[in-house]
Amino acid sequence: MRVMVMITGSGADEDKIAPTQEMLAQMGAYNEELVKAGIMLDGQGLQPTAKGARVVFSGGDTSVVDGPFTESKEIVAGYWIWQVSSLEEAVEWARRCPSDPSAGLEEVLEIRPIFEAEDFGAEYTPEQREKDERLAEQIRAQHGS
Amino acid sequence: MTDVRRTVEAVWRIESPRLVAGLARTLRDVGLAEEVAQEAFVAALEQWPENGVPDNPGAWLATVARRRAVDLVRRERTRDEKYARLAADRVAPGPTPDAVVEDPVGDDLLALVLVACHPVLAREARVALTLRLVGGLTTDEIARAFLVPSATVGQRVSRAKRTLAEANVGFAVPQADELPARVPAALEVVYLVFTEGYSATSGDTWVRRGLAEDAMRLGRVLAGLLPGEPEVHGLVALMELQASRFAARSGPDGEPVLLQDQDRSRWDRLLVAHGLAALDRALVLGTRAGRALGPYSLQAAIAACHARATTWADTDWEAVVALYDALAAVAPSPVVELNRAVAVGFADGPAAALDVLDGVADDPRLARHHLYGAVRGDVLIRLGRHADAADALERAAALAPTRHERRLLVERAAAASAASEAEGATG
Repeated sequence: MRVMVMITGSGADEDKIAPTQEMLAQMGAYNEELVKAGIMLDGQGLQPTAKGARVVFSGGDTSVVDGPFTESKEIVAGYWIWQVSSLEEAVEWARRCPSDPSAGLEEVLEIRPIFEAEDFGAEYTPEQREKDERLAEQIRAQHGS
Repeated sequence: MTDVRRTVEAVWRIESPRLVAGLARTLRDVGLAEEVAQEAFVAALEQWPENGVPDNPGAWLATVARRRAVDLVRRERTRDEKYARLAADRVAPGPTPDAVVEDPVGDDLLALVLVACHPVLAREARVALTLRLVGGLTTDEIARAFLVPSATVGQRVSRAKRTLAEANVGFAVPQADELPARVPAALEVVYLVFTEGYSATSGDTWVRRGLAEDAMRLGRVLAGLLPGEPEVHGLVALMELQASRFAARSGPDGEPVLLQDQDRSRWDRLLVAHGLAALDRALVLGTRAGRALGPYSLQAAIAACHARATTWADTDWEAVVALYDALAAVAPSPVVELNRAVAVGFADGPAAALDVLDGVADDPRLARHHLYGAVRGDVLIRLGRHADAADALERAAALAPTRHERRLLVERAAAASAASEAEGATG
């Protein structure tokens, strides 16, 4: 199975998180372990929300909000895609993630299994699947791969 | 997290390869190391539901295992020498239980892989032992994946351990000059596991897919242990590129869908990207070492031609033919010739393909293979020889392994037959 693991923290803490050299080294070692174990498929760190934007749909209105999102409780700071044997295994790997208690911040690793085509039930109609597949075909054509 | 057993199994999957490798180094005996580790696993199953999962579950397992190792060795006087070594380890500055886990264990893990894939073992024993020791799978998990009773897997593992003991296979990190002779056996085991998961037509889809994922994971672990070996990366690339087609390769009723008919939008793009990157590594390493591409890298390169083509018609058939030529040179087989014939048919036309097929027409290994007649039938249809095509397709239908394939071949034979009669009527 595949899971997405997101590192989240509070938007108010975002500017306090300046990773130390030691923290970066620990994270590097952790990532290396994930690669060596053969479970790491992808992983990226995200730039602060100050550099991002949100498009909000509400009551028929569409608005654009520029970052930072200091009032948000959960800001995604980075993610991994892992291939693991079970949710429990993902939990055990996540528990091994380095964290810096001296920073005094709460960080959360949220683990979410990724849908595979077989997971969709009756809500995923053949018509919808066909639409999705056409879209994927278009994307593929744009990338020339 | 209510089910502690699943947590124990998860921790086991993560920790057991390093644990067994560390113990095997100390005990110089893989079988004994496996038994001792297994006892620690059972202890975790007994104690964690009561006392909770420890903060550092890996260190907990290592401590328990080491204690059991000392007990076991102490009981068996004939193992004096091993005890001495263990005892020496226990006093400073030997490795602490933590060190067994935290050590840079790459060499031990590689030694473990190579023992599990040792040439004295039968193939199925190598597979079971590798999944158990290096993959961290439990006996039950292996049994489920291979559709055999747990007891059978248990017997395979204990017989394998006995064979290793009788053959006096120690536990030593192989020297660099031994590796070229030993690595292919390990790659073969990993690919066997993969094809068992990927190609099998029976059994639960999820279990099968899980087995293919285990094989990819083992392959990536091996790539980490042997980063300079091009064929390891070639094997990873081959598995990932093939697995990228998982969702597209069977229809709604589970019937197989041929590559040419697959909906390519359903291919897994993350695995494609991964596979192409692994293939690049294999190519760069091979070129740097001045080595010709090995069979896994060549097959991966062929799979990459398909992965890069937006449609079947867009396939770079000249490249595919060149790669099959190279593959036929390093790993000649009638099945490779058959695939080469298909590629030649698209690159140079059906007459050239028929020449390739004629070259292997008398090969006894193809005599019972339905794909020979299926490919030959297609080529003959393109040449307008419908009556001959109908013959070939009917012979193929008689050899087809599944009802679905038989039905498709019978239909194509009937169509060719009808075309032949129509020609007879008008001509």
